[in-house]
Amino acid sequence: MSQWTLFEVFIRSKHGLNHKHVGSVHAVDAEMAIENARELYTRRNEGVSIWVTPSASITATASDEKEALFDPSEDKVYRHASFYELPDEVGHM
Amino acid sequence: MYAQLVETGSKKLKTLEEMSPEERAFQERIDAEIKIEAKNWMPDSYRKTLIRQISQHAHSEIVGMLPEGNWVTRAPTLKRKLQLMAKIQDEAGHGLYLYSAMETLGADRDEEIEKLHSGRAKYSSIFNYPTLNWADMGAVGWLVDGAAIVNQVPLQRTSYGPYARAMVRVCKEESFHQRQGYEILLHMMRHGTEAQKEMVQDAINRLWWPALMMFGPSDEHSPNSAQSMAWKIKRHTNDELRQRFIDQTIPQLNVLGCTVPDPDLKWNEETGHYEFGDIQWEEFNRVIQGHGPCNTERLETRRNAIEIGAWVREAAVAHAHKKQQKQAVA
Repeated sequence: MSQWTLFEVFIRSKHGLNHKHVGSVHAVDAEMAIENARELYTRRNEGVSIWVTPSASITATASDEKEALFDPSEDKVYRHASFYELPDEVGHM
Repeated sequence: MYAQLVETGSKKLKTLEEMSPEERAFQERIDAEIKIEAKNWMPDSYRKTLIRQISQHAHSEIVGMLPEGNWVTRAPTLKRKLQLMAKIQDEAGHGLYLYSAMETLGADRDEEIEKLHSGRAKYSSIFNYPTLNWADMGAVGWLVDGAAIVNQVPLQRTSYGPYARAMVRVCKEESFHQRQGYEILLHMMRHGTEAQKEMVQDAINRLWWPALMMFGPSDEHSPNSAQSMAWKIKRHTNDELRQRFIDQTIPQLNVLGCTVPDPDLKWNEETGHYEFGDIQWEEFNRVIQGHGPCNTERLETRRNAIEIGAWVREAAVAHAHKKQQKQAVA
């Protein structure tokens, strides 16, 4: 079965959220990957929509790039609402 | 569940000072409870240990379908048949989640399955016992899946991310298995004939000790535990988990009105735990080495499924190929 293509599976849950990665399946083509994903990941009403994509088509960040990519946002606290202190009389904003 | 003897390749723990800088960074990450992901650096022995453990676990799920498959056509009612099929389908799903997690470590699914079929890979000893009467379906769900839950709940926090996430899915589904099993037994005990009640007791008598063996050898005979615990692959020792299982199961046994075949079982007020008799480790070793009542039959069934099913896989490939060609022409 390993000669079959590995697909990554993404499922949208009922509540209008984004598709979320749930795991992977082996299949001969995308259509079969959808069928397998349905059997494997939605046996209990977990979703209303399935995406599959060949795993090989995903480009990912490398683990040694983590600092270069993500550290720069760490010291930009002014990007968060909680950075701005307002007096109580302004109420909820 | 279901990984009882996992070789780690080391009998002695390295101290932080003895480790290479990479190893030390890895261990510190684990100590800080940060999950290891597929692309992260990891010691070769950690990778190999995980492949062994996850593949054993996956094989156990897959072989675990067989004792239950025996009862699909013999279930007493349509309701029980549907429940049983749903449970068996879950086990197949659990096997697949686990094989996927294993593949993220670079292992090849076909190769690992071949190791199972040639007897080089292990699976849980429990599935080498026969399921002789309908009450066995209840006892398997209650005791075997119950033991599996005790084993798998801590594995949701195991250090390898893909394995931990697979366990979260598995645990969610597993509690249905245990409850349906217990309900089968409870129904027979409360509404059954004398013969049916005897069936329940007989099933418990046969499966009790094998269920306790599912947790693997006692801590003193478990040389690989220390390394697995240091890597936080395992979070509790075999004996801790076994005790936890017994403590939570005996009150449920009392509700059924049944007994376990252990004259030494007694509540210890002081420790707050049940004491229990000696486990027959010779039997465990025999079964895990391939000489249990059903080892040969189980592996033969798995091999046949792959070999006799080969044409289905070939046809699927041919069909996909034909579809592609048609699309290319159109």
